[in-house]
Amino acid sequence: MMLLIECPYCGPRAEIEFRYGGESHIQRPGPHTEVSDAEWADYLYLRKNTKGEHRERWLHASGCRRWFNVARETVTHEVLAVYKMTDPCPLPDDTGAPVGDPATAPGSSVGGAS
Amino acid sequence: MTRRYSALSLLREGVNGQRGWEPAWRSPEPKARYDAIVIGGGGHGLATAYYLAKNHGITNVALVERGWIGGGNTGRNTTVIRSNYFFPASAAFYDFSVELYEGLSKELNYNIMFSQRGMWTLAHDRHGLEMARRSANAMLLNGVDAEFHDGPSVRTRIPGLNPDPRFPILGGIKQPRGGTARHDAVAWGYARAASALGVDIIQNCEVLDFVIEGGRVRGVETSLGAMRSDCVGMAVAGHSSVIAAKAGLRLPVSSYALQAFVSEPVKPCLDTVILSPATGTYLSQSDKGELVIGAGLDLYLSYAQRGNLPWMERAAAGVVELFPQFSRLRFLRQWAGIVDVVHDSTPILGLTAVDGLFINCGWGTGGFKSIPAGGWCLAHAMATGQSHPLARAFDIERFETGALIDEASASGIAH
Repeated sequence: MMLLIECPYCGPRAEIEFRYGGESHIQRPGPHTEVSDAEWADYLYLRKNTKGEHRERWLHASGCRRWFNVARETVTHEVLAVYKMTDPCPLPDDTGAPVGDPATAPGSSVGGAS
Repeated sequence: MTRRYSALSLLREGVNGQRGWEPAWRSPEPKARYDAIVIGGGGHGLATAYYLAKNHGITNVALVERGWIGGGNTGRNTTVIRSNYFFPASAAFYDFSVELYEGLSKELNYNIMFSQRGMWTLAHDRHGLEMARRSANAMLLNGVDAEFHDGPSVRTRIPGLNPDPRFPILGGIKQPRGGTARHDAVAWGYARAASALGVDIIQNCEVLDFVIEGGRVRGVETSLGAMRSDCVGMAVAGHSSVIAAKAGLRLPVSSYALQAFVSEPVKPCLDTVILSPATGTYLSQSDKGELVIGAGLDLYLSYAQRGNLPWMERAAAGVVELFPQFSRLRFLRQWAGIVDVVHDSTPILGLTAVDGLFINCGWGTGGFKSIPAGGWCLAHAMATGQSHPLARAFDIERFETGALIDEASASGIAH
């Protein structure tokens, strides 16, 4: 009935301390002069909305106020993995970002991906 | 056999020991080919099937439903019907839906118990008051009935409101034609009427995949076998992304759990519908006497059809803030439906990038009130291959052109 989320910085806390930030690993297309309306709409609005394992961003709004990633089952709500914004997902890649996704790698120059 | 429902047929069956009633709809074996297939046996899908037959004469129609009809959001909402929207396109569409609801019991020969007891939106601060005036003016300009009331006037019309609330009640808008209906009856009424016109209602039948040939839809693969048709409509609410993905489509939809509750039944004490955005309260009383309480969205993706505890607490706190005397009531039932939320809180209704595949989704928390118009317009799109004039602005292309209709901000309705 209620999520227990392990903040990578603060440890396990109740869901009311957190804010959900939507699908993770979305990479902003660019350069902007070459982005079509369709690509831009895809980036802004279209989502996987996965039934099953979903990789998503959470903010510890009433805690350390830091963002991080959660892999979560959207039917059972089970938290499968918690990992930092700069880290690849520790789970095998089936739905989320590839391991070593350039958009999420440390020192990435791509803006807006996390 | 007794087909038509009336006082006379009730009397006749009463005398005959109730032996002459026939099932309200047929449960036929699926055929291999249909002129049209509707996926989803909720209100929107059933209404679509009915209007395909009634308005367009297309009666060789299959309606396929994974579970049982009306078992999803149609059976999980707070049954409120209203058209208090801001933008002309939304107001025209939703008001058409209210109009259809007004004649629906007679049209379907099925009592949907539509009670136009009025719908209130309360304002608790100066800004809320300004929004209420703006909203009432917009509704009137759009030809929708609306009344603005100041604080004392609200209190005269809604007895029992907290005399000393933490959030003062400064005013409110009333839509007199708003109200509630019996949600199951809407599903059953449409199902019965559609079945009588020849629609095959096929329950416990899951759509596994689409048959797509040369970029156009040719049918569906289901758990009961393949069905061919060049015209397929989907009205599957929270599962829209899942079904659309089978046709290779991505949607601007997020699925969230929306909770509702009923209290134990009590004597009549609330004869209208109240929305108080500031306290997070959505409240009415059912004909059985239960207080029907709607909560806000659990704001993370969910396909779980059960809500979380923090929202349950917030919803209860809002009710008690408005009506302290209700604090002694106990919750009787709690449930959640999976709603299909889009960024501008405006539906997606019409054609898709796949020829012959039509879509009805994006209702968010406001699907029930839109059932008649949603079904009407999806049926129109499926029958004519063109968006209905009332739904033209609801095309999925608006996400590419940028012509969003941002009702989430404009009408201040948290849906």
